[in-house]
Amino acid sequence: MKLDQVMKVVNAKVYTNVPFGDIEINAACGADLMSDALAFGENKGLLLTGLNNPQSIRTAEMMDISCVMLVRGKEPDESLVNLANEKEIVVMKTDYSMYTACGLLYKAGLPGGDLT
Amino acid sequence: MVNDNKSDTLIQKYTVCANDFASAGAASASVKKTLKQLGFSPDFIRRTSIAMYEGEINMVIHGGGGIAEAEIAENYVKITLTDEGPGIADIDLAMREGFSTASESVRELGFGAGMGLPNIKKQADEINLSSEVGVGTTLVISLFSGA
Repeated sequence: MKLDQVMKVVNAKVYTNVPFGDIEINAACGADLMSDALAFGENKGLLLTGLNNPQSIRTAEMMDISCVMLVRGKEPDESLVNLANEKEIVVMKTDYSMYTACGLLYKAGLPGGDLT
Repeated sequence: MVNDNKSDTLIQKYTVCANDFASAGAASASVKKTLKQLGFSPDFIRRTSIAMYEGEINMVIHGGGGIAEAEIAENYVKITLTDEGPGIADIDLAMREGFSTASESVRELGFGAGMGLPNIKKQADEINLSSEVGVGTTLVISLFSGA
């Protein structure tokens, strides 16, 4: 699924200036604890999280994740957005809860990734 | 970061600060960048990055900071993480998935799932964890690019 389609499915707002129109997402995972996210096997994926600090971007960077989606309407911290721009990781937020955002994306055809 | 080039290996050394969650992961990010520049495979880079990052975060949370050293050769990376923190009383217990001594405030920052050491073991080809209570902990993580 293209990242701009992901944005439409969960009615997300984008905060970074990283071009994303052509980014293809293979799979998604949802986690608030970063070690849970780090057990996720897919790269070029999407991380949905309620963790609104730069460590969500560091985690995405280690995993080659293309986009971090903050759930429950959390406005990203400036430090998070700055680091994401530097690392070329797209940051979005959705007003949906974690459960609903994951459900909508799964229903739209974006699968969950395997654990490593 | 300090670079120390031997004939066929590159040594990168970093100071990791205690409880500094703003810059935690910077050493791992730097090593990842170097591995990319050296042309290691994406899968190897990813495994190395995740293992080192988990170890670095452990030093920030539990170890009171310390020294992270990456030895990079043509066919392997060896990461040595050394701290002078409180040490680990029961290493077998610490290796168990879900076991954590992290505080509630650390969990609110997104850590303390009790998956750090198990994740490192999964990603690495070899790990060697030695610790003495009251003295500190040394974790050596090895990954072989042909493995």
